Amino acid sequence: MAAVRDRPISPHLTIWRWGPNMLVSILHRITGVGLSIVGLAALTWWLLAISGGAASYGTFTRAASNWVGIVILIGLTWAFFQHLFSGIRHLVTDTGMGLHLRPNKMSAILTIVGSALCTAFLWAYFLGALK
Amino acid sequence: MSLGDSATELGRVEGIGSARRGGEDWIAERLSSVALLLLGAWFLASILFLPKLDLETVTEWLHGAGGAVPMALFIIVSFWHAVDGLKVVVDDYVEGEGNRWAWNTLILFLAMAGASLCLFALGRIAFGAAS
Repeated sequence: MAAVRDRPISPHLTIWRWGPNMLVSILHRITGVGLSIVGLAALTWWLLAISGGAASYGTFTRAASNWVGIVILIGLTWAFFQHLFSGIRHLVTDTGMGLHLRPNKMSAILTIVGSALCTAFLWAYFLGALK
Repeated sequence: MSLGDSATELGRVEGIGSARRGGEDWIAERLSSVALLLLGAWFLASILFLPKLDLETVTEWLHGAGGAVPMALFIIVSFWHAVDGLKVVVDDYVEGEGNRWAWNTLILFLAMAGASLCLFALGRIAFGAAS
């Protein structure tokens, strides 16, 4: 029997030239992993806190409104928008559209700009509403 | 066709070639992403348009079917999509069949636990006394 060689694993991140497309590809993975772990943990805690009543909800809101909590929530908001926009871009390119160099680069830049703007607007609104 | 079938003699000897499966996983991941597009937008809009995010308002929102049912869907599809997405990351970066299996199984178990916790909490809120 011939020994089955291990198949090659994913790209060597260090040998790519940085550009919007590859940055968005990496961001899609990082934000996906972040939302899966931190985002779903936060969602689980939030729901358990609501179901637990006043004391447990108080513990959650204290953690969420302290500066560390706010930084994490802003990060999650940005990750949500970045993953959302880049996910839409993926669904479009899956159909074979937008794969030429210029539109591909343009759409990559748009996801980055869009997620930054949406996060900024949302938190300007939130922090404004808190005051 | 078995795993590792390949068009060339050398490929057959080395056990490389297309796996001839995986299309279903690819479609399933995209289906859950389209569902999350809608559910994520619903979640974000709900958080934004709730008058307050205190315990009373949030409990009332998740007490009715209009809040609880989409939330149940959001929980299920989010964890499902997270498992699918993390599997792609594990399959790309973890070396060795056994290691990949172990990571994917661990992720699946944790996601099942998380989703169950969320659904339990949601059930308690939805079926509990309105605060």
